[in-house]
Amino acid sequence: MKHDKIERNLGLLMVLTMLAISVGGLVEIVPLFFIKDTVETVKTADGKEMIRPYTPLELRGRDIYIREGCYTCHSQMIRPFRDEALRYGHYSLAAESKYDHPFQWGSKRTGPDLARVGGKYSNDWHVQHLIAPRSMVPESVMPNYPWLMSPLDTSDIADRMSALRITGVPYSKGEAEYRQNVQTFGEEVAKMLRIEDAEANLRAQAVSGNYDNNPNDITEMDALVAYLQVLGTMVDFSKFDDDYFVQFR
Amino acid sequence: MSDNASKNTTGHVWDEDLAELTNPLPNWWLWAFYITIIFSVVYWIIYPAWPMGKSFTKGMGNTITYVNNKGETKTTHWNMRAKLMKETNEAVAAQKPWFDKVAATPFEEISKNAELMQFVQSAGKTLFSENCAACHMAGGQGKLGLAPNLVDDSWIFGGTYEKIQETITIGRHGIMPPKGGSQINDEQIAQVANYVLSLSGEPHDAEAAKAGDAIFHGEGMCAACHGPDAKGIPEMGSANLTDKIWLWADVPGAPDQVAKVKAVSEVITNGLSRGKMPAWGGRLSPEQIKVLTVYVHDTLGGGK
Ligand code: HEC
Ligand code: HEC
Ligand code: HEC
Repeated sequence: MKHDKIERNLGLLMVLTMLAISVGGLVEIVPLFFIKDTVETVKTADGKEMIRPYTPLELRGRDIYIREGCYTCHSQMIRPFRDEALRYGHYSLAAESKYDHPFQWGSKRTGPDLARVGGKYSNDWHVQHLIAPRSMVPESVMPNYPWLMSPLDTSDIADRMSALRITGVPYSKGEAEYRQNVQTFGEEVAKMLRIEDAEANLRAQAVSGNYDNNPNDITEMDALVAYLQVLGTMVDFSKFDDDYFVQFR
Repeated sequence: MSDNASKNTTGHVWDEDLAELTNPLPNWWLWAFYITIIFSVVYWIIYPAWPMGKSFTKGMGNTITYVNNKGETKTTHWNMRAKLMKETNEAVAAQKPWFDKVAATPFEEISKNAELMQFVQSAGKTLFSENCAACHMAGGQGKLGLAPNLVDDSWIFGGTYEKIQETITIGRHGIMPPKGGSQINDEQIAQVANYVLSLSGEPHDAEAAKAGDAIFHGEGMCAACHGPDAKGIPEMGSANLTDKIWLWADVPGAPDQVAKVKAVSEVITNGLSRGKMPAWGGRLSPEQIKVLTVYVHDTLGGGK
């Protein structure tokens, strides 16, 4: 029997198993690179991209979000169901996580979805809530994160951005890339994406934003709250018909 | 067992008498398997499924028709986003008469209409729990150091329907600079703190309060924002300092006069900028905000 041969030959079995499994991957993943509509077009009236890469401070916040494992309890993916739309707002777009490496969609919701938490609460609320969730929501099971009030290491931010640049996030090195970003995102955003100015930009945003209500230090809290406050706020849905994003599916 | 083994086994024998049967699969199992295959073929035909070059099969005989916010009727292949549009249309249509009625009825009339109030109470409660309770707490009682009480009769920004509606739509951010922007020293701060405590009948040092009175209305510049009567100015969101309601200085929690003076002095020394009420105009529809306004004014109570 042929099957016998496969089962008795470990190397062959492994190769064939791998081939069989990769068919599923190839059929599901590869076409997404060719189907143009997968990632929606989200532009302002004057042709600028609404969705931009994170600023240096927000990016540091995102890294802390991942370090602390917030994704083990929080998803960032509002699915196109009515109950989710009512509770969390507009469904998430593929385009909204195009600069996320890795994306934070998740599927475990011990806490609420955070895809559109930006602007929902004040900075002060987030700070108090992260330090001691039960002081704000008595029945919460979210852990305390008091150590987020410690100073933020800003020295390696340029390296972090350079790494993401390799994966295709348009953080710019040099004038040519910067000018390209000015065209794509506008000057204000493009300035924030310059790897040369990363640390200075990070510090400036933390100082002017003062997210942690502590004007003297730049803390991890500054970064994390800046990140939470930008989540889901880049697309201005009022600029589109309410069915504009249907055509991309 | 041994009979079986001699007939239908794989031929391997382990540990002297352990063999593996090769009986055919049960029929019910086999048929369930065939049915799932047939199901998937039917599914591929009806629903969007197979990638084809730059596009994909859109599903046959399975379209969704919905109306968008411009009133255009559109028909498209089955997909979750269109389905959501359609379901939202239907749900909105069911709630629309109610929201329309709320939108068309003047505030004062809504509270007199029992039927409308019932709608406001249930819709308002849901909206409040999801969006407001995190700061104002589930019953609207607020929390010291975080967000004001919405149940009482005291309003920082004004308690009329119109003012509450404005508060919710555009948000609020009352700011007090350190020392009220003046140059008063620590001793003067303690004096003015004593004066502030005297206004609401809290324990205080009468002599210091007298000196504080002069500072409040003079050098300290407090009266400019809190008003000469210290009752607060709604346009600025400055606190009424003559009532027993404290939002930032933990006067009620302080055990004695010294601690109370310290609590108030700290607020004066550091100033305030933490009290930020987010703007909801971009998140909630005008109708939802109107429902919330009536909910805050009439259900939570204390409109003035
Ligand atoms: C053990 C699970 C758990 C972990 C880990 C966790 N959370 Fe939460 N989170 C919750 C729960 C439950 C709630 C809802 C109750 C509450 O508001 O505290 C919540 C609420 C929140 C909210 C408010 C959301 C809203 O819309 O009201 C934010 C923001 C948040 N978490 C951020 C974070 C961040 C940032 C981290 C990582 C530093 C984190 N959480 C880690 C369980 C968790
Ligand atoms: C992030 C916390 C937060 C959330 C969420 C929040 N509020 Fe507020 N709210 C505040 C703060 C803080 C103030 C006081 C602002 C100040 O004093 O400057 C306030 C003030 C108000 C006032 C004015 C009270 C007065 O005395 O004049 C109303 C009314 C109000 N909020 C209603 C709401 C409603 C309705 C919602 C939900 C849609 C809501 N708030 C959500 C923090 C919040
Ligand atoms: C620029 C305007 C301004 C000036 C000047 C000012 N205040 Fe205030 N004050 C405010 C505002 C606005 C609030 C409420 C902040 C909020 O709710 O977010 C406040 C709040 C307070 C509170 C807290 C009340 C509570 O409920 O806990 C105290 C106490 C106070 N002020 C005392 C003073 C004294 C004393 C002075 C003079 C040294 C002074 N203020 C000067 C605007 C001002």
